[in-house]
Parts: sequence; structure tokens; C-alpha cells
Amino acid sequence: MFAQMTTTMEKNTPVPAAERDVILSIKDLHVWFELRRFGFGNAGFVRAVDDVSFDVRRGEAIAVVGESGCGKSSLMKAILGLHKPTKGSITFNGRDISQFDTKEMGWYHTQVGYVQQDPFGALAPFMSIHRILEEPLIIGGVKDKAERLQRIRKTMEEVKLAPVEDFLEKFPHMLSGGQLQRVVIARAMILEPKFIVADEPVSMLDASVRVEILKLLRGLQEKHNLSVIYITHDLSTVSYFSERIFVMYAGRLVEKSKVQDLLQNAGHPYTHALLLGTSDPDSNNAKTFKEVPPGEPPSLVKPPEGCRFHPRCSKMIKGECDVNMPPEYEIEPAHQVSCWLFK
Amino acid sequence: MANKKLLKVEDLVLYFRAGNGVVQAVDGVDFDLDYNRAVVILGESGCGKSSLAKAILRLLPRNISSYTGRVYLEDKDVMLLDDEDFRQNIRWASISLVPQAAMNALNPVLTVGDQVAEPAMIHLGVTKKEALDMSRKMFQHVGVSVDFLNRYPFELSGGMRQRVAIAMSLVTSPNLVILDEPTSALDVLTQANIFNVLKRIKKDLGVSFILITHDIATSSELADDVAVMYAGQVVEMSDAERFFASPLHPYSQKLMSSVPRLRGSKELEFITGQPPSLVNPPTGCRFAARCTMRFEKCVEEPPVFEKEGRKVKCWLHQ
Repeated sequence: MFAQMTTTMEKNTPVPAAERDVILSIKDLHVWFELRRFGFGNAGFVRAVDDVSFDVRRGEAIAVVGESGCGKSSLMKAILGLHKPTKGSITFNGRDISQFDTKEMGWYHTQVGYVQQDPFGALAPFMSIHRILEEPLIIGGVKDKAERLQRIRKTMEEVKLAPVEDFLEKFPHMLSGGQLQRVVIARAMILEPKFIVADEPVSMLDASVRVEILKLLRGLQEKHNLSVIYITHDLSTVSYFSERIFVMYAGRLVEKSKVQDLLQNAGHPYTHALLLGTSDPDSNNAKTFKEVPPGEPPSLVKPPEGCRFHPRCSKMIKGECDVNMPPEYEIEPAHQVSCWLFK
Repeated sequence: MANKKLLKVEDLVLYFRAGNGVVQAVDGVDFDLDYNRAVVILGESGCGKSSLAKAILRLLPRNISSYTGRVYLEDKDVMLLDDEDFRQNIRWASISLVPQAAMNALNPVLTVGDQVAEPAMIHLGVTKKEALDMSRKMFQHVGVSVDFLNRYPFELSGGMRQRVAIAMSLVTSPNLVILDEPTSALDVLTQANIFNVLKRIKKDLGVSFILITHDIATSSELADDVAVMYAGQVVEMSDAERFFASPLHPYSQKLMSSVPRLRGSKELEFITGQPPSLVNPPTGCRFAARCTMRFEKCVEEPPVFEKEGRKVKCWLHQ
């Protein structure tokens, strides 16, 4: 059913040549949550995502880096169609996802896979691995039982859960963290999506397993020419996984750049702070104190005027940063920074 | 004080009874710790590092099958003390603990100032007023504004609650604080902040730390010494400088090469296979099945070899 729909849709809505490469386009996206007082009165909004725009091209891996509470999960949920945008649009293959009806949303969910953060909580404890992986296929409309099993086997081999027989009838509690995360990835991959959203896929795993999972994801991404949005707070893993980095602070993207440009030539003071705060294993670390911006990320209900980082920024320009929102400046090709320092 | 060690652990064993046999969580651990130093216990989940902390502090569950060894605190064998004596004079008074996820373990119905004061009242026998003064002082040490003394935990951010938990462990002025994964659930900048606080406390108050973690990169922020645990045993013990430059044990080497680095790109490696079950650990070297450098000798259990002041449990360094 969905396979049919894919072909008709692609016929009916030819993608303009200039945008052919772009699989997902986010324009001017706002995701606000209303706060209620006594159940009905408005008490303001939590501006989780505020004016975010970017494009994701086919076969590209993008990392969104930010601290907890900066809105990266809300951004992800909006992309998955779980939150309705307050303003702005998310366009997938040239079509606005907020216009989708239930059936089309079902199709969209076959195109977008989701890798959860916590593999221990993401899998139903009473379902065998076989059932966990079969469920999306049943919902996705694969009627033939033999075909379902064959696809499950193929995907399990791809995520290196082999020999397949050893795992098929096991339950989640019988597997290790790394194996569970493979099941989660297999579940995201089983409908052969074009696009994967991975929410901190390795933060719950041990160091030695972490690399294995990142390499697996990277391999799958290259093999299937997938687009991936990799959401994380750990800058050190980013360069091993993605081509571009978006740095998010208090609901806004403050810097967009290629990975190497960002590591060598970071623009935004917040990015600098993140880079300084990330440790590499080195015994000299113990001898010095780290430079950390004072204070904490602002409330998203009443974010500061002007640049949202200005109360913590050491390079703040009085009368500019605390008054006006900085626009995006392009400091080198494909490297944008929202900071008045680059005016 | 020249030869006196703050803590000396000898052949510490902690086995649990479980449905399918005896879990050998801590199996013959030796290490020692000087005054005003920090040792990092590195290891993956399930290697027994949290059990080691519990064994040192004697915070034991009921299903113990074996608990032996020697723990010397300032040359006094605390394993000989009875439980009541240990509770009154050792726990909190000399050794305190910041448990895993401590920031979520604060009592939601008490103000954080009262909670920090509580151990001082119980273990030092001071009045509430004095205890509150001490807790005010501790708040300054960990960098939380004293205005927060009368707040409840839900009013504080994660990083601040973690600092309150650290303040609580310091209020009785112990010589040794055990930190169990103090920053694992925190953001990068908050992590950096907490380590700044710990470094300052180490400098100002002269306490020693045992830092239990699986995060190699951030552990280097505090480490003077490093002990690597694998399957219930310490396989390497070294000073931090030489450990981070060139680890000796094949497991430590693999672990180090699996750490993603921000500066300088290196091909990452991972360790194939899984740690052995602690119910029936393999005979011989426990890492042998996953080791790329194993040879005939590895079927026998390696003793601890000493090499220029570093200890390593591997036949390669015979």
C-alpha cells in the first residue's frame, strides 16, 4: 500500500531542479508550548524551538549539538511529526508535512526512522526481538509472513545481530546494551527509510560499545545513502559521524558549519565554550581549571532580549548584544554564525 | 605521615548470591591511596566498580556470600570494627560517598541547607545552628550561592543539585570522598564546572577522592592515579601521566583507543565480544577471550607484575 503511494506521490509532485538534492527543508520553524494557568488562562509560552531554518540533503549526516533543555528534542519531535509547528514549515521531498492526512503521515513514518536514546527503555519488555521487528512491517502493510521474516533477517544481519537464530526469540532483558541498541537501529531501518533521526544513540552505552554503534550507523548511512540527523550533547563523537554541525542554544541555532571548520575556526562564543569544556584524555587536564561561562542556560519562557547568550558571554557588546537579535553572518563559505562580533 | 597511607585495600573480595550462582563482583582488589590524591577507578558497566565502593564503605545488601580482605584507613584495619562502630566512626566521619545519580536522590521535602547539615548533626554531634553554619560554609566551597540554603531540590538545576550532594559529602570534613559517576547525567559545561569544583576542593580542603567512572576523557580532569577494573579485578594501576600517555594492559590500550577525541583525529577502535559473566568467570586471564595479543601463557591467571612503579596484571609484562 505504502509502496504504491510512494510512486504516485513522486509522479504527482515533481521536485524542482534546484531543490532536488534537498530531502528535508525546515523554514522559519517555531515550536512553542503554551503554559496554562488554572487549566485555561494563558501564562506565556515555552519557546522550545524559535526560528530555526536549515536544509538536509540526500545522503548527508548532520549533528545538532546542544545542552539539555535547548530544544533539540522538540526540534526532533517536530521533524518526526509528533509536535505541530507553531509557525514555519517542515518540507519533506517538497511536501509540507503538516498538510499530511493520517494515511500520508503513515507513509511519512515509513520514510523516516527514529533511533531512541535509551535502548533499555525503548523496547517493550514483553515482546521478543522477532515481534519487535515485525510490528513496523505489519503496520507498514507487508502482508506476507515469509517476506516479513526474510526482511527481519536481512536487517538483523545488516546491524550485525548474527547469527539471527540466536536473537530472534530472545527478549530485551536477555541482551546487552549494545545489542539492544542494534535492535533499536534495526527497527528504525526495517522499512528502508530515506531519513533517520538519531537522538543521542550512544549516550547510554559504554565507551567500547559506543564506537561500535557509531561505526555501524555510519556504515548504514553510507551504504543506503541515508540522511541522518544526529542529536547529541557530546562534541567529541561528532567529527566521527557527521559532515555538518548545528549548534543550538536556548531554542535557536547559533552556528552552522562543516565539522572541520567548526573545530578549527569556531565563531560563536558559546561554541568556543563547548569546545573548551569537552575533555580529551590527557593527564595535563588535572593541573588546570577550565574556563566555563558563568550562569546557566536561560528559561525558554522569558528568554533574554537580544542574543540569548549575552548574559553569559565574555565578549558581550553593550547596547548591541543585549538589545538586538543578531542575524546570521557568513564568516566563510557554508559557515554561518549568529553573533554581533562578525558584523 | 611519610609512609602512612590514607587508604590501603588488600585482597578485598565481595561475592553476591544470585539465582544462578555466586556473582564475583569484586575479586581480590588491591590498591592504596595517599593523602590529598585522587584515584580514578575506570571500567565498563558490570565490572564491579560500584560494588568496590560499597565494599569499602560496607554498604552491603543482604545477599552476600563472601566479604573478606583488609581495608586499612590510616593504618587501622576497619574491617575488624563491628557494624555499629563502623557506622559511627568511619562512614561519613572519615569516608563519605556521593552515590550515583545523587542529584536525584535528595529529599524533595527538606530544604537543601537542612539536608547538607544533617550528616554533621548526626556524625559530629553539633547543634542544628552550628550544622547550618557548616553547611553555609560548604555551599561556598562548592560554589552554590548561600541564598539557596532554604530552597527545595526542585528549585535547583541539575548541576546545582549535584554540587549540593558534593557539599553534603564534605560537611563532616572526611579525609576521603568516594564519587560514583558524579557527572554522567550532566551537560558538557556543567560537567566542566563540577570538575572545577572538585579540583578546588581538593586544593583547599586537602581531601582525597576515589572517582568511579566509565568516562575516560573526563576522568583525566581529576586523576592522579588510575586503576582499571575488568571483570571484578584491577588489571592495571598507574599514575595518570604515564597511563594516559601509554597504558600497559591490552584492555586499557583498547579502551583508550575507543575514546573519541575532539582534537586530532584518530581511527577509533572497539573491543569485540562482551565482558565475561561474573558468575562463572573464565579461568586464566579474564580478558584473554577478547584480547588480540593473547598467547599460550594466558590460560593461567597472571599475577600482578610491577614495572617502574606501575602495576599490571598481564603476562606480556612478565
